Amino acid sequence: MKAMFKLLIAGLMFVSLQAQAVLDIKITQGIEQALPIAIVPFSWSQAGSVAPVDLTKVITDDLKRSGRFDVMDDLDLPQRPTEFDAINFNDWRKLGMENILIGNLTQTENGDYDVSFRLIDVYRGKQIAGFRIPAKPNLLRRVAHQISDIVFEKLTGTAGAFDTRVAYITVKKVKNKKIHTLQIADADGYNAQILLESPEPLLSPAWSPNGKKIAYVSFEGRNSAIYVQDILTGKRERVAAFEGINSAPDWSPEGSRLAMTLSKDGNTEIYIMSLHSKSLTRMTNHSGIDTEPTWSPDGRKLAFTSDRSGGPQIYEMDIRGGRPKRVSFEGNYNVRPAYSPDGKFITLVHAVNGSYHIGLLDLSNGYINTLTNAKLDESPSFAPNGGMIIYATTGVRGAQLAAVSTDGRIHQRLGLQQGDVREPAWGPFLK
Amino acid sequence: MTIRLLLVISLTALLFGCSSDKVKDDAPAAVEDLTSQQANTGGTEDSNAQAYGTDDSSTSGFSQLDDPQSPLSVRVIYFEYDSSEIRSEYRSAIEAHAAYLSQNADTTITLEGHADERGSREYNLALGERRAQSIKQQMLLLGASSSQIRLVSYGEERPEVDGHDEASWQQNRRVEILY
Repeated sequence: MKAMFKLLIAGLMFVSLQAQAVLDIKITQGIEQALPIAIVPFSWSQAGSVAPVDLTKVITDDLKRSGRFDVMDDLDLPQRPTEFDAINFNDWRKLGMENILIGNLTQTENGDYDVSFRLIDVYRGKQIAGFRIPAKPNLLRRVAHQISDIVFEKLTGTAGAFDTRVAYITVKKVKNKKIHTLQIADADGYNAQILLESPEPLLSPAWSPNGKKIAYVSFEGRNSAIYVQDILTGKRERVAAFEGINSAPDWSPEGSRLAMTLSKDGNTEIYIMSLHSKSLTRMTNHSGIDTEPTWSPDGRKLAFTSDRSGGPQIYEMDIRGGRPKRVSFEGNYNVRPAYSPDGKFITLVHAVNGSYHIGLLDLSNGYINTLTNAKLDESPSFAPNGGMIIYATTGVRGAQLAAVSTDGRIHQRLGLQQGDVREPAWGPFLK
Repeated sequence: MTIRLLLVISLTALLFGCSSDKVKDDAPAAVEDLTSQQANTGGTEDSNAQAYGTDDSSTSGFSQLDDPQSPLSVRVIYFEYDSSEIRSEYRSAIEAHAAYLSQNADTTITLEGHADERGSREYNLALGERRAQSIKQQMLLLGASSSQIRLVSYGEERPEVDGHDEASWQQNRRVEILY
């Protein structure tokens, strides 16, 4: 017996790490055909005081970070209108600016806020979108992300994923002991919160489809076990602690079941557990390794990793059972599958000549497109809009998070201030 | 440690009836030999297995598990990349552990499987278990009983060495035999 170990469940108290971002996100490669946009500083009703959140900055950072926008430098703005009627369209047309975002932040009598904004097409001289959003003080950053989402969707044609969250695992050494934490943060790295702290390894966080719970694997009991934790209350339940491996949880799209890997019957097999009854359905039966089950978005199939043909490859099987079908053929090491939100692609870890990259498998033709080029990339997870994939990459500075667009053109790096950060899982759209 | 060493020396003297002078001469060599233990076990496979088969440690309070000369002192089995095949150099160690278990029915061990950091964590967790499983199977064939062996896999979560190169990975692809 080692010294007693303490588990800290912080959900109840919501340990806020610090006000500033813990994950520092830098764009390392953008695209050339970025959309030009000007974001005019929003007006603020209490002009004598500082606005509680710099909405313009949050939106600007979001759009820049996406790699798809060329945001006009603040010093280059030809005028600073905050109402539609104050816009001098010719000033903007002369500069070749196509889109302008203007807005107002107003404090209401009861201390809450009202945010209104308009997205304007300069050449047509028309409003593309305009909304007024009431907000409590603690939700102002979220409102800014929601505005970013609307701008992104109106101008690119696909939904934005700024108003989402990411779960991940951190590891740091304190006096020769490792401390593991499960954390969640906003997609821009702010509002990081610790959900669990443990001296033993944690891995494989998986969001419930409604974003209210996280399943994960913890070794706190000197063996792997699967837990489901409520994010808001911190209340958690150990759902699988059989003999052998208990790991790789993944939620069914409707949220009532977990696919998982258990080795209680001899070696690793895929099972589906009903979360209500805890009853198990065994899905695979093979002497090889079967693990990393992941549900297709329509709920009809599971993809998983198996080395039944020699090296590890990706297989798909019908949820009603039957013979698994191999879907990856390029290379001799393909693991950790995750479906794109439209179900047409699978992101995976694809080894080429001893290097481990994030790949994108096109299920229509079996072709794998390699998206990253570091040596040790792992655990890819799709943004809910399908546009980016977040993953972990290990280099000289240890493990960090990075993200890549599904077309491989945009690369971001997300650095933690100290220690390793890994096992990212991009959460669903917040309702 | 010193007391254990003395026990080793005195027990060796009892078993083999050596003169005390000779034992003293041998003692430092026994300690130094620890590092080359793995390489040696292959050649002395049979004699070692027999020697420990006839030894009864329970009466003296000394356990042969503590003898650095014994193949039982091999507590870590290393593996090739993405493999759970046991290399031949470990056969004598696994035989000795199996023999010890079959002679000491109350003894239980944990086989703790590990993998290097490359690839996915979940696949590595399964790989670590399969490595432990392959050693367990060997031990069962050699007379240990299933109830004496507990398996646990940590995958790549508990590396022995933190580096990101082949020298580190080699040391992390392992099964630890824990009494």
